[in-house]
Amino acid sequence: MKKIRITCIVCPIGCKIVANKKDDKIEIVGGNKCKRGEKYAIDEILHPKRMVTTSVFVKNGEYPLVSVRTSQPVPKEKVMEIVKEMKKISLEAPVKCGDVIVKNVAGTDADIIATRTVNSIPNSV
Amino acid sequence: MNEIYVDLAVIGGGPAGLASAISAKESGVEKVVVIDRNSWLGGILPQCIHDGFGVEEVGKSLTGPEYAEMYIKKAEEKGIKFMKETMVLSFNKKLQILAVNKKGLYTINSKSIVLATGCREKTRWHALIPGTRPSGIYTAGVAQSFINLYNIMPGKKVVILGSGDVGLIMARRFTLEGAEVAGVVEILPYASGLPRNVVQCLEDYEIPLFLNHTITLIEGKERIEAVTISKVDENMNVIEGSEKRIECDTLLLSLGLIPENEIAKTARIEIDDLTGGAVVNQDFETSIPNTFAVGNCLQVYDTVDVLSIDAKTAGKYAGEKLVYGGKEKFNCIKVVPGNGIRYVVPQKIDRTGKVIISLRVRKPGENLTLVIKAKNKEIFNKKMPWVNPANMVRMEFNVSEEIFSYESIEVELK
Ligand SMILES: Cc1cc2nc3c(=O)[nH]c(=O)nc-3n(C[C@H](O)[C@H](O)[C@H](O)COP(=O)(O)OP(=O)(O)OC[C@H]3O[C@@H](n4cnc5c(N)ncnc54)[C@H](O)[C@@H]3O)c2cc1C
Ligand code: SF4
Repeated sequence: MKKIRITCIVCPIGCKIVANKKDDKIEIVGGNKCKRGEKYAIDEILHPKRMVTTSVFVKNGEYPLVSVRTSQPVPKEKVMEIVKEMKKISLEAPVKCGDVIVKNVAGTDADIIATRTVNSIPNSV
Repeated sequence: MNEIYVDLAVIGGGPAGLASAISAKESGVEKVVVIDRNSWLGGILPQCIHDGFGVEEVGKSLTGPEYAEMYIKKAEEKGIKFMKETMVLSFNKKLQILAVNKKGLYTINSKSIVLATGCREKTRWHALIPGTRPSGIYTAGVAQSFINLYNIMPGKKVVILGSGDVGLIMARRFTLEGAEVAGVVEILPYASGLPRNVVQCLEDYEIPLFLNHTITLIEGKERIEAVTISKVDENMNVIEGSEKRIECDTLLLSLGLIPENEIAKTARIEIDDLTGGAVVNQDFETSIPNTFAVGNCLQVYDTVDVLSIDAKTAGKYAGEKLVYGGKEKFNCIKVVPGNGIRYVVPQKIDRTGKVIISLRVRKPGENLTLVIKAKNKEIFNKKMPWVNPANMVRMEFNVSEEIFSYESIEVELK
């Protein structure tokens, strides 16, 4: 049995939750001020997920970069791999906010989506 | 000199400026112009590429640029005019704005002005760190703009002073970009950023957080080479012998934000020393009639969501005042912070009906009561299960006519 401490991030109080883990069974010992913390702690111990936000190069754009994010949170251990993959990409302007840049990134089912519009140079100042 | 005539001019095209411009337009104002020195709209948001914006307002966790885009689109649809790459230099009590851009100097004659100039980051001088003055020391937000807007990496081995949210987010950003973050140094016994950011930006990447520590020396001639960190006691005095030297080529400062009011000061608007922003009434009107202050130049907000809600209130009221004269006015009473309260906004009230009071408490606590008093008589109270200086408190308060028989009301924490 392993004792795990989790900081709940569901609300700004940030309770320190203590849980015991035995194989795939989680037992909440305490520390959470409400029920939501329990669910968060269990998810966080069994399948921690994170949203990835980074940026991608753009050629001939008004800015050299376009910011991007994953369409949904991805398994935590995939974060670095996705960021590295994004470094290899170079797009051609214009890029529109909401454009899908990569589908099913790193086999996670999540897409990479542009979060800003970058016009091509002739349109800019 | 170029002369322009508008109904309402908004100084600053960040979320606060855009939100108030949109609601002014919606209340029937014809000519609304937003002036910004940047070549883009959205203020600081395009560089905040992480998510977490809009959760309370639109129920989705957007990134900064997406949140900005939502408002930019709406502003364009409403027919609001923009003057980008235009720096406002000053304005006066006649509501004439002096501005400059590549085409020259402008006088913008307006009937109403909304100040939405945002905030600035505190610098090394606010923390009084001894040592040399090498290059490689940046505020966290400047480093954020280098990396996220201009594709410039400021350094490879980083120490961060201050655990504010921008600093925490930059700790993660530097790590993802392949740099090493040697640690985040915080003088308080707790992180000042959100728990969410401590978990996702530091703990995920095993970045050390040195609580009760500060930087006591900066070394380096041309470029920063190392910092010395020291432990502090409960009175924040440095403990001799606790020094630890950390080599680095970059130091980021994340020491907090202060309202930017250089332009407000040119018109001698009354400033509140407690907030660093303008003194306003419940509809965000300043000491100069028909001049309003919104967003982080008024008070530093926790989230952009609440900031936009207030900016909309201000824009709506500014618009209504131009279109039909606004609501009935009473003599002005003061709202003063009492026991346990660091500041309150608004600082004055001059109409009846629903008003929202924002405030910050002095220290964390549990099971307390917020009380509004007029001449020692309690007229309102609200139970608070928990309070924290990092979380702005908002309370809705219904102003009745009796209140105007007093000179002031006081808000306190019991
Ligand atoms: C570095 C940094 C990072 C931040 N990160 C976050 C975050 O991650 N999450 C969050 O919720 N909040 C964050 N904030 C707080 C953020 O400031 C607010 O969420 C929000 O952007 C504030 O909106 P605003 O419209 O008041 O100010 P801003 O977005 O700063 O907009 C002010 C605008 O006014 C313009 N301006 C100022 N003076 C003049 C002048 N004289 N003439 C012409 N134009 C002028 C500026 O160019 C700017 O565009 C951050 C703040 C900073 C400084
Ligand atoms: S456990 Fe409940 S009260 Fe505690 S941080 Fe999580 S959501 Fe908030």
